[in-house]
Amino acid sequence: MGLSQEEIFAKVQTVLVDALGVDAEEVTPTATLRGDLGAESIDFLDIVFRLEKAFNIKIPRGELFPEDFEKLQSDPNYVQNDSVTPAGVAELKKRMPYADFTQFEKNPKLENAPSLLTVDLIVKYIQAKIP
Amino acid sequence: MNPTLPCTMRWIWIDKFIEFTPRTSATAVKNVTLAEEHLHDLYPAFPIMPHSLIVEGMAQTAGILVGEARNFSEKVILAKVGKATFHRLVRPGDTLHYHAKILQLSEAGASIEGTVTLASDPATPTVAEIEMMFSHIDKNMAGVQFPEHNFVFTEQFTELLKTYRDGAVVTV
Repeated sequence: MGLSQEEIFAKVQTVLVDALGVDAEEVTPTATLRGDLGAESIDFLDIVFRLEKAFNIKIPRGELFPEDFEKLQSDPNYVQNDSVTPAGVAELKKRMPYADFTQFEKNPKLENAPSLLTVDLIVKYIQAKIP
Repeated sequence: MNPTLPCTMRWIWIDKFIEFTPRTSATAVKNVTLAEEHLHDLYPAFPIMPHSLIVEGMAQTAGILVGEARNFSEKVILAKVGKATFHRLVRPGDTLHYHAKILQLSEAGASIEGTVTLASDPATPTVAEIEMMFSHIDKNMAGVQFPEHNFVFTEQFTELLKTYRDGAVVTV
């Protein structure tokens, strides 16, 4: 397909504007899907459908947005005192190889985990997905 | 009334299917009649079919199409109406055609492109264009437990659908 990062970003931006009803200017690389763009759980399926269509790709369940967070949360190896343990962070990194953990690792509170889901995560995933 | 049949009021806003291509598209018909009470509620002196019920009719047409794709084994719920644009009013005596087309179908759900047209006015038939998304809720609500039985496509409902299948003969 040979799209540049800018071209991928532009398409991702359109997808998020359509799926979430936000303004294009709000969709910046660092914007978080939940906190900044107001995505709710059902929007993630909508985003996946729209990305598949926009880039003509298949996104297997859980590959872009990891599932079973609830199971992870209830595992004491991964979460203790509302904080994600080093083992938990390692597990998250395995499931979200395109996420930027720099900020999260400074304060790995469970409540901060949704901030890992950013626009840039989607762009990097798509970059890796298409040749 | 047959006393052995469960007497459950259902919320059904389509009358029949005139086209059904599994996993692809479906068209359902809705005849709008002045006998329906809701027509009198919005503007008492000017009966029209509320847009919300037009969306509901499309959701039912598309929901059955999505449900059939997995043999009614999934609990299919309307998760999102992405866009609904209305072009004209629907009045008593009108016949609506709900055209639903599956854009994407996956283990998790489906996205639909819907068009509502007025059969009785071929010159300017488009009533509405509606985008919607359905979720197979057991696949999307991790950690949330739902009843095991399919409360969306109940046995009674699937029995009703069978009577509309091609070649089905209903005897009285």
